[in-house]
Amino acid sequence: MSAGKRSIFRALQGRLVLVIAGGSALFCIAMVFWILGTIIHGGISHLSWEFLTAAPSGGMTEGGIFPAIIGTFFLVIIMSLVGVPFGTVTALYMTEYASRTSLMVRVVRFAVNTLAGIPGIVFGLFGLGFFIQFMGGGLDRLFNGGQLHWGQPTLLWASLTMALLTLPVVIVSVEEALRTVPRDMREASLALGATKWQTIWKIVLPQSMGGILTGAILAVSRGAGEVAPILFTGAAYFLPDLPNELSDQFMELGYHLYIMATQSPDVEKTMGIQYATTLVLLLLTFTLNFSAIALRARLRRRRVPV
Amino acid sequence: MTEPNNPRPDFSKSGPPGSLSLRNRSGRSRRFWEGALEQGIRLVAIICVLIIFLIFVFVFKEAAPILTGKLQTTHAVVEDLGEMESYGEAPEETELHVELVQREAGEGEKLDLPHLAGPTWQPTSLTPRFGLLPLFVGTLKVTLVALLIAVPVGVMAALYTASFAPKWVKEIMKPTIEILAGIPSVVIGFFALVILASLLQSVFGTQYRLNALVGGLALSFAVIPIIYTVSEDALATIPRSLTEASLALGATRFETAWHVVLPAALPGVVAAALLGLGRAFGETMIVLMATGNAALLTPSLVEPVRTLSATIGAEMAEVVFGDTHYTVLFFIGTLLFLVSFALNALAEIFVRGFLLKRFRGMAS
Amino acid sequence: MIAVRTPRMTETAIHSIKLTVRDLNLHYGSKHALQDINLDIREHKVTALIGPSGCGKSTFLRTLNRMNDLIEGVKISGEVKMADRNIYAEGVDTVELRKQIGMIFQRSNPFPKSIYENVAYGPRIHGLSNKAEMDALVEKSLRQAALWEEVKDELGKNALALSGGQQQRLCIARALAVSPDVLLMDEPASALDPIATAKIEELIYELKNRYTIVIVTHNMQQAARVSDDTAFFYMGKLIEFDATERIFTSPKERQTEDYITGRFG
Repeated sequence: MSAGKRSIFRALQGRLVLVIAGGSALFCIAMVFWILGTIIHGGISHLSWEFLTAAPSGGMTEGGIFPAIIGTFFLVIIMSLVGVPFGTVTALYMTEYASRTSLMVRVVRFAVNTLAGIPGIVFGLFGLGFFIQFMGGGLDRLFNGGQLHWGQPTLLWASLTMALLTLPVVIVSVEEALRTVPRDMREASLALGATKWQTIWKIVLPQSMGGILTGAILAVSRGAGEVAPILFTGAAYFLPDLPNELSDQFMELGYHLYIMATQSPDVEKTMGIQYATTLVLLLLTFTLNFSAIALRARLRRRRVPV
Repeated sequence: MTEPNNPRPDFSKSGPPGSLSLRNRSGRSRRFWEGALEQGIRLVAIICVLIIFLIFVFVFKEAAPILTGKLQTTHAVVEDLGEMESYGEAPEETELHVELVQREAGEGEKLDLPHLAGPTWQPTSLTPRFGLLPLFVGTLKVTLVALLIAVPVGVMAALYTASFAPKWVKEIMKPTIEILAGIPSVVIGFFALVILASLLQSVFGTQYRLNALVGGLALSFAVIPIIYTVSEDALATIPRSLTEASLALGATRFETAWHVVLPAALPGVVAAALLGLGRAFGETMIVLMATGNAALLTPSLVEPVRTLSATIGAEMAEVVFGDTHYTVLFFIGTLLFLVSFALNALAEIFVRGFLLKRFRGMAS
Repeated sequence: MIAVRTPRMTETAIHSIKLTVRDLNLHYGSKHALQDINLDIREHKVTALIGPSGCGKSTFLRTLNRMNDLIEGVKISGEVKMADRNIYAEGVDTVELRKQIGMIFQRSNPFPKSIYENVAYGPRIHGLSNKAEMDALVEKSLRQAALWEEVKDELGKNALALSGGQQQRLCIARALAVSPDVLLMDEPASALDPIATAKIEELIYELKNRYTIVIVTHNMQQAARVSDDTAFFYMGKLIEFDATERIFTSPKERQTEDYITGRFG
């Protein structure tokens, strides 16, 4: 009798755990579908070639998002030009030069983890305090006689700030890629009398190109989606002209969305623009993410045999 | 025997006996460049570490006047500046302000700890108040809501995938979480602003559309991926032998998951919660868009709140460099930096110190 | 007191000694992986290193071109002399050393580049840039490695598309292209089928006219077929070193006899 009761209790308890756990998983899936579905549904009708290629008009209540797309493009390009080489070299140090258990590697790894955990808004503050005030202000004092040129929010400072924020992404991806190059390859090269750098330059790096590219794409995707670091380091509400210098301000997709959604003079009227901007931003980051995932999957498959 | 089969003298093995060129001149310069390169690469890695220090130093530097008591007040001017849409175009005026500041510096009010802990945040009024208490409470409310949702959902979903889910569900879960993690926070903020807020208002009949509950719920979407991923990693480190031992003793799969696997992975789950807390604490765009941004000091979850991070995000673009308000915002930034740093370090200790040590040497 | 082991053969006098190993000890962490190794490697001869797995033969081979330097936690004492110069002396350039002592690995490891680029890799990093000279050198190296006839029409093909045996011969050609004096081979045929193995053995026989070869193998027949001298390693020690003929017909040590007759290992 009591054994029977207990087994029923056990079965019920088991059911309960399963329902809660399964329900949680279902909740996650449902949320993703809900968010994506809402945005696609709301944005697709407003999305057009004109929307992508025209500038905002009518006091930002009409028109397209072209300057924001271009600004985002400049932002991630300059960010990558700085962040990817820097991250790659750091990863090279960790895998090729330092011993895996050395203090230095542990310190760098801790620094990278910490960097990954610092809130985006703090990066923004750093950009303001270091790049704009210290570097920019310093440059102006030295070369412009105190005239404000670099000591204010610019495309360059925003890009550099974003490069720092995405640095951990690059380092982790490149490190993974470098570690997949078999030791065989390095030994073969060294046994032929190649120096360490020749081995890295001619054998290791070419074989890690895919991983470096993956890291770059993931960084770009992350950078395109972050707004907090550029709130006060370079993004502008509205600009009549596209940026054509590093010291110009710029419009940016995520920032544009934030502005349109919270500070637009007529939120209801611009709802279509907001949804479509969101959709463009999502399409951009997802395309980048998926290509990175696909690239990484292909690279992983390639190194399995032997 | 040695035939002249070498195209270049470099490769030649001929030469006077005993003069194997284990050292030569080109070797010396090459070794110099190799060494220089290695040092250069090491330098870049060191800069990576230095960046952390630089971030702290430069954020703290701007906040330092709070500790030294050398504050400058320019609130009268800030009022004017607040009218301007883009502060970047106003170099001359900033110059002017600096002069004003210097004239007024003497009458700057004292910004001591009791003031900072005060209940009122009115940075741009004629008598500015920089009480951080409402911001702290606001952050606490939003973070609490987010974690109350994200921790159970993230951990249970991870447990489900690790212990029960059929293969096809596992294959759906991973990309789903990756997609969720890949949604920019400004998009989640937008979703919360236009969809969640209205939905919750119609369901609960709240007075304000944007409030701590909406912000917390939206924030949980950003936190779930972290909690899920870290918990799943922790659950995956549980040795198979442990589960098998439990099953062999007659425990059901559910009992094993609930009473053996989950407790064994507890340090990892704690680490996941800590990392999630760090993310929630510092996240800016979602709370900026979804919480209503009123620095109210109330216990209610359905009233608007203003968090620490959102305060920086909303106000930094409109302050005068070097002003008290500016300094206080950097002070908040320093707090965010320190808290996220501490939470990360703590999470690392939980994963490395407790979780991995626990199973070291056990066959998995 | 150094117990130097040199094959007791009449040719010893005729053939000079290429590598002299004295009191070589290697520690890997707390493990004493090579203990007091003393032996002489004769020029233009094939020296086989045999012994059961983990006996230290491969580790020993890698000390001869200082490849063990790359492994963390390895400490080496003693001398390896080439032409009266200790390769472990301070200031010796491992890059120069490895140009002179080439190595073939157990698993063929061509670079994921074309056949031509694989062979040209070594000369190129050592400064050869003339296209005509390079073409000639690539051809010569591939001929020496007995691969030219098979690949001469597809030098641009990716090396990874070659068969296992061809890949290994390509690796040999790649090593020959930098004109080494000594070739170290670490079980070069262990992953190959019998036909490919026979080709490699034939090649080794050809190559010893020009190169001094040291080969690790755990195939006793192979050692007997290709080598002139044989060294038997067991648990990090050099147990016996002599002319191959003598090792296989009348070993002096009990352990050697047990091993070559298949009683262990």
